[in-house]
Amino acid sequence: MRLSRGEAALAGFAGLVSLFLVLPSLIVVPMSFNADNLLRFPPHGFSLGWYEAYFGRDDWRLATWNSVTIALAVTVLATTMGTSAALALVRGRIPLRNLYIFLMLTPMIAPPIVSAVSMYGVFARLGLVGTYPGMVLAHTVLALPFVLVNVVAVLQRMDWRLEQAARSLGASAARAFFEVTLPMIRPGLVVAAIFAFITSFDEVVVALYISGSSAITLPVQMWSGLRFEINPVVAAVSTLLLGLSVLALLAIGFLRRAGAGSTV
Amino acid sequence: MAIELSETARGPDAAGRDPDRLRLMRRGALGIPALLLVAVFLLYPLALLVELGFHAKTGEWSLAQYERIATTPIYLLVLWKTAWVAGLVTCIDLLIGYPFAVALSRARGWWRLFLLAAVLMPFWTNLLVRTYGWIVVLHPNGLLNSILLGLGVVSEPIELVQNTIGVLIGMTQIMLPFMVLPIAAQIERMDRRLLQAARSLGASPRRTFLHVYLPLTLPGVFAGALVTLVLSFGFFVIPALLGGRRDVLIAQLIDFNLTKVLNWEFAAALGTILLAVTMGIFLAAQRWLGLNSLWTEAR
Repeated sequence: MRLSRGEAALAGFAGLVSLFLVLPSLIVVPMSFNADNLLRFPPHGFSLGWYEAYFGRDDWRLATWNSVTIALAVTVLATTMGTSAALALVRGRIPLRNLYIFLMLTPMIAPPIVSAVSMYGVFARLGLVGTYPGMVLAHTVLALPFVLVNVVAVLQRMDWRLEQAARSLGASAARAFFEVTLPMIRPGLVVAAIFAFITSFDEVVVALYISGSSAITLPVQMWSGLRFEINPVVAAVSTLLLGLSVLALLAIGFLRRAGAGSTV
Repeated sequence: MAIELSETARGPDAAGRDPDRLRLMRRGALGIPALLLVAVFLLYPLALLVELGFHAKTGEWSLAQYERIATTPIYLLVLWKTAWVAGLVTCIDLLIGYPFAVALSRARGWWRLFLLAAVLMPFWTNLLVRTYGWIVVLHPNGLLNSILLGLGVVSEPIELVQNTIGVLIGMTQIMLPFMVLPIAAQIERMDRRLLQAARSLGASPRRTFLHVYLPLTLPGVFAGALVTLVLSFGFFVIPALLGGRRDVLIAQLIDFNLTKVLNWEFAAALGTILLAVTMGIFLAAQRWLGLNSLWTEAR
């Protein structure tokens, strides 16, 4: 098939835009093998020094550990609470339904800096600043709307006659849910859980306020590494995180192809 | 995909009224824990923040904070600049994003997969990784400057970070997927037969585009533009890391007043303005454009 001139121009333009979207992130990969600590491109020499620095330094290791454990706790909490809220929306009756939806979406709509500042005031009074529970609660609130939206989409496509069939054949409500509904929506739940994990794992603004000095997460540590002088360890961390993002993207693509998922 | 605002709860056999209603209410109660969590740890804090903004430093009720914002040129300048940057980023993203979404909808096979990956990848890449990438590209010794110097386009490095240019470039890229995805989704939903009808009735390709294709994609354009505008308005990370000291936008001003000046009341008033603008745009969009899918399609 031959492309017309207009179509070729459009495709060429889209190709350029793709590079604009992707290249600035990929550039961190060569930078992480830089032999000197100058922010110079192209990098000079080859070294694994920044990776050694990342794996060898306690502050970076601790920040990574904090990020992973907080994000895992957020995933469990946000996925259970978000799924039950989604069930309530799709299968139950909620008074002032539109208001409920609006309030539940607020964490996604409110600007991060406003959420961070307002949470800081209340969390400080409750003694939650700089603690694990504080970070988990803050990030669970932020992750809930993403879980809700994803699971509602999955539930709306689900064929509820199958659950009714199970019920009419004598299964209890709980059994029908866990043995019929849950297996059907599982791919969608996994996608929602990945959303929750990433929301917490990548979040920086609220973390800057709530993590204090004793629950510092990886993005907060990276922030300090970029704020005043550029710490080259950030390049090594960035490369590792980039690898993780590619894995997440592949996993989502696979899951959405495999089962119930939305188009994007 | 969107949360339907219609009543979808009722099962097909809704004959027995009262037990049915009870069951629906009981299921509805499943939504309480999530709401409680959001209410205690975000809605209540937000309410406190808004209230605090209406207090003077001494504690009594007053509009002093807002008066200060309205009468100090530098604060008005920050508000103006924030709106200006957000608006400009939205316009540029619309100009880039629309043709890209069209190209995405026409692409097939590997090419489509590549374009799709390019637009989805940023969602899954840590914001600080992307910001760091931009620092490497735009820095005086960075990629762009070494290319320009090598080609002899410039004789000495041009300043691209620590100023408005850096903020604009970075934000344009970071916000682009939020513009592309709603437009692309709208194109997918379009009834292609309308285009064929227009063509077969004798309309030129140009006329078909302007009078049929473009109007049909407008809901996606509005959705994308609104999300981009609202997110740009409250953006903190990019301006703080790519901008200079003269590129303070409202989010940084809030942060500065809280962490450096410790003027909580003033920071609260600024936060209230930002929150009101964001919520206002969102509610207006919901009401007039019926964009329930606004936030769900964005990610």
